[in-house]
Amino acid sequence: MLRVENLSLRRGANQVLSDISLALQPGQVLGVLGPNGAGKSSLLGVMCGELNASQGRVTLDDRGLSDWPGQQRAQRLAVLPQVSSLGFAFKVEEVVGMGRLPHKTGLERDQQIIDAALQAADAGHLVGRSYLALSGGERQRVHLARVLAQLWPGEDGRILLLDEPTSMLDPLHQHTTLQAVREFADRGAAVMVILHDLNLAARYCDRILLLEQGRAHALDTPQQVLRPDSLKAVFGIDVLVQPHPERGHPLIIAR
Amino acid sequence: MNRLVKPRTLFVTLTLLCLLAIWLSLALGPVSLPLIDTLRAGARLIGLPVAGEGLEQAELILGQIRLPRTLLGLTVGAVLALSGVAMQGLFRNPLADPGLVGVSAGAALGAAVAIVGGSWMGGIPEVFAPYLLSLCAFLGGLGVTALVYRLGRRDGQTNVATMLLAGIALTALAGAAVGLFTYLADDATLRTLTFWNLGSLNGASYLRLWPLVLVAVVVSLWLPRRAQALNALLLGESEARHLGIEVEKLKRELVFCTALGVGAAVAAAGLIGFIGLVVPHLVRLLAGPDHRVLLPASLLAGASLLLFADLIARLALAPAELPIGIVTAFIGAPFFLYLLLRGRA
Repeated sequence: MLRVENLSLRRGANQVLSDISLALQPGQVLGVLGPNGAGKSSLLGVMCGELNASQGRVTLDDRGLSDWPGQQRAQRLAVLPQVSSLGFAFKVEEVVGMGRLPHKTGLERDQQIIDAALQAADAGHLVGRSYLALSGGERQRVHLARVLAQLWPGEDGRILLLDEPTSMLDPLHQHTTLQAVREFADRGAAVMVILHDLNLAARYCDRILLLEQGRAHALDTPQQVLRPDSLKAVFGIDVLVQPHPERGHPLIIAR
Repeated sequence: MNRLVKPRTLFVTLTLLCLLAIWLSLALGPVSLPLIDTLRAGARLIGLPVAGEGLEQAELILGQIRLPRTLLGLTVGAVLALSGVAMQGLFRNPLADPGLVGVSAGAALGAAVAIVGGSWMGGIPEVFAPYLLSLCAFLGGLGVTALVYRLGRRDGQTNVATMLLAGIALTALAGAAVGLFTYLADDATLRTLTFWNLGSLNGASYLRLWPLVLVAVVVSLWLPRRAQALNALLLGESEARHLGIEVEKLKRELVFCTALGVGAAVAAAGLIGFIGLVVPHLVRLLAGPDHRVLLPASLLAGASLLLFADLIARLALAPAELPIGIVTAFIGAPFFLYLLLRGRA
């Protein structure tokens, strides 16, 4: 389990994160919402060890994150960054195959996992193509398949951190991507996903962390967090919230 | 971009090409040996029982001149190409050159100090001169690279962009110092300096060969062990870390291998440009960017290309000899431009 206790992060004179505590629960998807500059990516950066916390600590299975040997950590924790800058003509399946680097499961099993991960990210039809020839959204799905392959099949004890995985995707693939992430969590993995779309968060997340200027404004179920008063306070927008006619989760409509 | 050849085909072709280059490099020169005689004399040299009437001259030329020269060409070409792969991986840019971390400029400075300083001290004894030159060049390359690496480090992390800029600055600085030595040098020294800067496989001897061969063996055994890590590094440094790669250690190894390899190559044969840039690029065009193929294929291609360039250098103006750096630049620079323009289209 990935746990964060009393986390604070300063960058120069800026207090980027203040006193945040949370734990990623197995089988659950935690959505992180907040306006630009609220500290969402910084939080993710600290939780995957890219940034060092000024105060507080991050533990993976009760052991400090930085105390883990790189390879063992990579077998448990995968990270999808917001943008990737691969500038070499790898084939799609080679990029996804890099997700298997921390493991020694053998060529045959790796190939099965690569295929399954590509299917899950709806990128199976891209096999054989050069990464450089893909569109932005297709690249994003290939990288999603790569991190899924890294933790495949996503059982208990695996942790997936995603930074805006849907930012370049069309409406259909926003849903297929989060559906794949949801299924990953249903198999036992703990997932944290940064999102901007409130309705996507309402539909796919079990809990939502609402960040405001580096502080946790709320951390609770979508029903509790996505309320007109909270959204007005954090984002400054006036919204109506109604239950989804078919699914019952909150549906957020701008006024 | 589709891959043009399968790795297997590429390796077979490159191996054959390399063997052809070795054969031609042994056979051709101011005194051309019949190709069959070259094979027979070569067989005798490695101790095979081949009848040897009339082969004494061939054996002498082969053993004393052509063989060390060919070995020098092979190792220099292989090491330069491997260093090119390492630097293009480190900077995650297919247009990076081993010279970027300052190793070539440092070696040139070391050589200038040895050549000009030596002449001021009234000439170094003939016996030591070549070794002193090589040693100074090697140390110069290593020293400047170490400085570039040091300047790129902050808070225990190596910033590759800072390193690149530090490399440019120190290259310019070393260039200015070489210029100063050039200005202060007398005519004879100037000529030595100029020719050294253009590179040559001339004057190869076994004594100067073995340090380079040692370095080449180390580098070509070490780098392929890091092929998968280099692949992951191309995704980005943090992505590679999340895949369990020890990125800081990898960067240190890449810089060290390059400094060692290019330093030794330049010390043995002077400045030979473009091999480290063009060869990995060419192999990538043919067989894709996977370092498990790229590293060994670049080794073979670099060795072959340098031998062919040396053949041109030897034969174009025979019996006079062109500096090989001129040949590689005439081939490499237009090819580089072609790559740039092609990328833009």
